[in-house]
Amino acid sequence: MSLNTLGYYWREAFLSIFRNGWLSLASVGTVTISLLILGISVLLVMNAQAFTKSLESGVEIRVFLENGATREEIRDMEKELKKTPGVATVEFVSRDEALEEMRENLGDRKDILEGLEEDNPLPDAFKIKAEKANDVPALASQMEKLEKVDQVNYGRGIVEKLLAVIKWVRLAGGGLMVILGVAALLLISTTIRLSLFARRREIGIMKFLGATNWFVRFPFLLEGMILGFVGAAIASSVVYLGYVSLVNRLDEVLPFVTLVTDRQILLTVTGGLMGIGIVVGALGSAFSVRKYIQV
Amino acid sequence: MIQLYNVSKIYSNGVKALNDVTLHVRKGEFVFLVGPSGAGKSSLIKIVFREELPSRGQALFSGKNIARLKGREIPHLRRKIGMVFQDFRLLPQKTAYENVAFAMQVVGAGKRAIRNRVPEVLAQVGLEEKTGMMPAQLSGGEQQRVCIARAIVNNPVMIIADEPTGNLDPDTSWELMNLFNEINSKGTTIVMATHAREIVDTMKKRVLSMTAGRITRDEEGGVYSNES
Repeated sequence: MSLNTLGYYWREAFLSIFRNGWLSLASVGTVTISLLILGISVLLVMNAQAFTKSLESGVEIRVFLENGATREEIRDMEKELKKTPGVATVEFVSRDEALEEMRENLGDRKDILEGLEEDNPLPDAFKIKAEKANDVPALASQMEKLEKVDQVNYGRGIVEKLLAVIKWVRLAGGGLMVILGVAALLLISTTIRLSLFARRREIGIMKFLGATNWFVRFPFLLEGMILGFVGAAIASSVVYLGYVSLVNRLDEVLPFVTLVTDRQILLTVTGGLMGIGIVVGALGSAFSVRKYIQV
Repeated sequence: MIQLYNVSKIYSNGVKALNDVTLHVRKGEFVFLVGPSGAGKSSLIKIVFREELPSRGQALFSGKNIARLKGREIPHLRRKIGMVFQDFRLLPQKTAYENVAFAMQVVGAGKRAIRNRVPEVLAQVGLEEKTGMMPAQLSGGEQQRVCIARAIVNNPVMIIADEPTGNLDPDTSWELMNLFNEINSKGTTIVMATHAREIVDTMKKRVLSMTAGRITRDEEGGVYSNES
């Protein structure tokens, strides 16, 4: 492929894009919107996952023991718990320590606990941390079955809810993305069909002049790829800039909410969007080109 | 150059355009293809150009079976044949120069080759003064000259002209015929379908006469029609 030919391809592709201005705009718009949704859902899922990960250390299981367990029994149990797969750390909290902890938490109003030293209502307990947040529900129900265990508590709900949110975001984002992706494909393919139609004379002439199929097709493929690329570039920039500014703003307003701020990840996401945009554009035009250019 | 053996062409709508045509055209010949409309002249041209496949029989170009060409070989067959049409088929938004250059771009020629070759051919057809003009600014004869320039720019071994003077007045037609003759004298084979009786009668070339899909007469130095 000579430089001359390459220049010809680009010239023809851009000419076509401007000739079908409105449809090109619509194609670019659809690509942008579908990739925006993809980008946003990917970032949402990534943050939700990072958040569950940070919860892994935060979510602890509290295993409350029945009254009257002996020191021996407690020691054996601690050993057994430590051996359980999926358990990261086990810490014993005696009833006295629990009361002390509660008193500290209450601060100025610790007087309401006055007199409880004699008749401490709190049970002995283990604080257990799981290796993975995912395992917490299973571990908890497993521990409920142990002897001498009265009750098992953990941030019931939070973990499940978070996992459900991730699933939902994936599903909804994925579904929307597929629908809009198909729309983008169809629109690009229609745009290319119009370009083909506008230039059918020229295509006919090219064929009797002995142009190879690739020579005839390539400008149209390029046109589709450019449309996809432009759409993806807009989506990527919006996602990138929007996310960076969101991170900065959240840092001021809600300093305890931590978002994924790894530049590398953000670049990977936007790079992926660009790649998908170009592929969608090429596919969309390939449909039309295959259908309408025959030797 | 062209060898057809018992070629028939029946279109999907049942029209029988060619009926058992056997024909040889040798390198360097100038052949007129005459006959009424619908006699099969265009179908014959389409088979040689691989726009249509023969329904029966064999068609060879330079010894190669045209029907057996693979998809990617077809463009290379077509590069060996320069086509000239009655309706010119120029790109209206390109100048004379650009129309001829386009034929070279299409086959992947380099910029420098195009810059050298295009003015040369345009001069050969007598249009050196009008290279920058759009087809609409040119007369019919001049437009046809651009087509001829485009047909010969890639040095084809053969030119197929489908009623090239059909839209032109007699004087202009004669000028173009002289041009074709000149091209032929340099070794390029020419096959020309035409209705121009006077031209055929005067030029005394080989004449293939077709009627109802058959070749009814093949005469060296012949005339348009033996009747009257």
